[in-house]
Amino acid sequence: MKKLMTSAMLALGLMTSATPSMAFEPESTQTIKLMVADWSSMLIDTEILNIILSTYGYNVETVVADDSARYPGFETGDLTIALETWQTTQDKAFNASLATGKILDMGELGPHAKEEWWYPSYMEEKCPGLPDWKALKNCAEAFSSPETAPKGRYLGAPVSWGGFDEERVKALDLPFEVVHAGTEAAMFAELQSAYERKAPIILWVYQPHWVPSVFSGSFVKFPPYEEACYADPAWGENKSATHDCGKPEGWIKKMAWAEGEKVWPCAYDIVRKFTMDGKELGDLVHEVDVKGRPVNEVAMEWAKNNESKWRSWAACAAN
Amino acid sequence: MANILAQPDGMTARHGGRALAVLAAALVAVIFLAPASWSRPPDWAIIPLTGWVGGAFNWLAREAGIGGVQVADITRMLAAAAQMPINWLKILLADGWVKGAGFNKTQLAPPLSWLGVIAVTALIGWRQSGRGLAIITLFAGAYLVFFGLWASAMTTLASVMPCVVTALGLGLAAGIWAYRSPGAEAVLRALMNVMQTVPIFSYLLPTLLFFGYGPSAALFATVVYALPPMVHATVLALRSVPTETLELAKMTGCSRAQTLWKVELPVAVPKLAIGLNQVVMMTLNMVIIASMIGAGGLGYDVLRALRRLDFGTGFEAGMGIVALAVVLDRLTQAAARNQSIGRHGLWKRRDTLIAALLLIVPTALSYAVPALAIWPENWTLTTAPFWNGVVTFINQNFYDPLDALRTAMLLGVMNPLRNLLTGAPWALVLLLLALAGYALGGRRAAVTVALLMLFVAVTGYWEAAMSSIYLTALAVAFALAVGLPFGIWAASRPKLHEPVQLALDTLQTLPTLVYLLPAVMLFRNGDFSALVAIVFYAIAPAIRYGMAGMAHVPSERVEAAAMSGCTPWQTFRFVRLPAALPTLILGINQTVMMALSMLVIAALVGTRELGQEVYTSLARGETGPGIVAGLCVAAIALVADILLKSGAARAARHEGEAHA
Repeated sequence: MKKLMTSAMLALGLMTSATPSMAFEPESTQTIKLMVADWSSMLIDTEILNIILSTYGYNVETVVADDSARYPGFETGDLTIALETWQTTQDKAFNASLATGKILDMGELGPHAKEEWWYPSYMEEKCPGLPDWKALKNCAEAFSSPETAPKGRYLGAPVSWGGFDEERVKALDLPFEVVHAGTEAAMFAELQSAYERKAPIILWVYQPHWVPSVFSGSFVKFPPYEEACYADPAWGENKSATHDCGKPEGWIKKMAWAEGEKVWPCAYDIVRKFTMDGKELGDLVHEVDVKGRPVNEVAMEWAKNNESKWRSWAACAAN
Repeated sequence: MANILAQPDGMTARHGGRALAVLAAALVAVIFLAPASWSRPPDWAIIPLTGWVGGAFNWLAREAGIGGVQVADITRMLAAAAQMPINWLKILLADGWVKGAGFNKTQLAPPLSWLGVIAVTALIGWRQSGRGLAIITLFAGAYLVFFGLWASAMTTLASVMPCVVTALGLGLAAGIWAYRSPGAEAVLRALMNVMQTVPIFSYLLPTLLFFGYGPSAALFATVVYALPPMVHATVLALRSVPTETLELAKMTGCSRAQTLWKVELPVAVPKLAIGLNQVVMMTLNMVIIASMIGAGGLGYDVLRALRRLDFGTGFEAGMGIVALAVVLDRLTQAAARNQSIGRHGLWKRRDTLIAALLLIVPTALSYAVPALAIWPENWTLTTAPFWNGVVTFINQNFYDPLDALRTAMLLGVMNPLRNLLTGAPWALVLLLLALAGYALGGRRAAVTVALLMLFVAVTGYWEAAMSSIYLTALAVAFALAVGLPFGIWAASRPKLHEPVQLALDTLQTLPTLVYLLPAVMLFRNGDFSALVAIVFYAIAPAIRYGMAGMAHVPSERVEAAAMSGCTPWQTFRFVRLPAALPTLILGINQTVMMALSMLVIAALVGTRELGQEVYTSLARGETGPGIVAGLCVAAIALVADILLKSGAARAARHEGEAHA
């Protein structure tokens, strides 16, 4: 019975399937493993890369991995390519992994990453002088909660993201207490709750992300980051402490398993040329997160509208 | 009834008890007066265990080999082997046979049609149990299809089924081994206790090192988590086979293997079914965590929805997991029941033919009618906007009173208790626990407790451990205060049994994150939200065992009490409660274990304790700290287990003496 079923299915399947003409022959049939973490921009751009590579006949698979837990995977070749590595959070780990010689820096994706203290615009009334950070010194009470009063309550990112907010509060002598959210979702759940009630809140926000496009508000302006600020106490406002400045802004880089260069040179070339504009990616994220459309639909739409663009990245596969 | 507490050696025991109580009171007094520097072990006493463990795992995963073959290569082969059934099930149930991708994607064959799969499952349910189960199955299936969850649910099912089968097989084998060899039992019991209480995030990273990313790593982690209850249940079930039955088997000349397969196991099936139920529940409970390392499916849908704060969609996907759990559980339970009462021949030859037709016809038709393969997106239902609206409504209208409650709890109860525990001199806390061990279980218990706590002290996680104890103790207190009385009350109302059972299964399998994030909206990040989440999760065993304890009181005793003129309260206090005590204590034990296992999830809303250490080290990719902090959680669990077991043994002695 089973046999009959499969053969019937096979016959039907062959009738309906179109036979694509494939001029380009990939260098290897080995599977390219694209890493995706769980935020939307990475899901979308990786799906686009998936469409491009598999159109040229590569065997591609997307593998879900944790942002920070990815490095052993890349060093052993369990993961082949990741399109997003953020300097703001992964700088140290990425460079450490790069130093092993087992991974490759594939260049920047394009968008610029920023993360900083952020407040909803209705807080400007309660704390005049914002976005300048010095305003926070005088209106900490406006940001306080019962258990932190009279100090303000700053909602920081998950502990594992780092960010040096405790150091920043101390160095700039801000009357604030840092409370860490457990996860990003928990952090923004609190923002949504406060926003719906027009209640006081100040927290860690980053972009490209859907939050700054859905909620209206601004980043606090701290003294701009320089490398010396984090390393040299004499730098800046506070002469005896480091971290008396804002957070670094930075690149979003593509990375890859080093050995793979020999296996799929053309695919690696395509990945190196793959770039996206910050605004362009932000719009795609908006389609998915705010309008709730499925990722693969949005990615396929982009691929159809920008076919000439990505065909030009794949010059090595065209013949 | 008056001399119920009298013991033969009552006087000496009471004297000893008084001395201990005085000593304990003195220690508590010192705790309040001691200088702050005593609150943690001195730095020189800390052993750099985290570094050693991390190094050992890296060596094992990257360099170690057996006879020239690398350990990592062996585990990779295992992973590849485990991946095969998952892949086949996925092709069959979820994806169909697909060739190429991107612009060249072609579907060679569709997956089995949802209509066929649901119909066949309902048919199995009908044959095994009757119309009720068939209707439940149809409802669950319809929910998954109409809410657009079918493909994800089948992906989850594909990765869950091999887990259940593996945990079942391994659990049975280990259980049988433990039953036959007392030496093996002691080792296995200790191992299982550690496996059950070391948080899964602890060994997720090593699992990834050995098995690579993807569903097979999730499979191995899940099996480690779901195995212990099956082993315990198997040992318990085999022990409960009556000796007369075994004698009979011997007299009729059964070999050892025959006795096992033809006599012991069939007789033990009803109790094995409890283990099976827990395997199913715990496997589905893991779906969220498995999806974090590449298993996809419903767990991933939940994570994605919650990430964009779409609580409603997250809730719907979460209920999809519950639907899968309920159907899987009820089907396997029915099959086990039939096996044990010897009802065979329920499934006829004709049924196989019907099932095959039910699968083939809709699947073949789906070439012409694509809706039979994939339910069209714009025909799906959703209640998400409604749930999101509810959350917003509560937030806008009830935030202030709820926040007042949170603040009062935090400032009045939680913070003081936390400060007391983290500020107390560590040596005295250790001594106090050892004393408790001595009072309840004698010297051996005292030494074990002291050694376990000493382990926590030298790892350098003492403060974090105290925070964990504070959070767990409070959560357990709440869960028991509400759960046990409710369970006891519900036990006397048979009509409530079915709905309560369903509610408990839901609590156990609905991913915690689904209600944790709305809780964060109302209670902010921090310990209070964590407490709420732990209480919700740990209340299930409190209710379950409360009900079970009361349900199994021998009816002769209750009748005897009624005849001797006891009031209902007296019957409860002096007959029912003592008889149920061992089960209730087991319930307390399970409540503690569940609460501890939730610490890691609670870390997701910003606690500061062992769970957070484990979670953070996972996020940072450090093997050592994660495992050592996880072992500290296990040590606390074992201490609680020893104290409770000794307490239970004492209570049982009392009970026995009272009836002697």
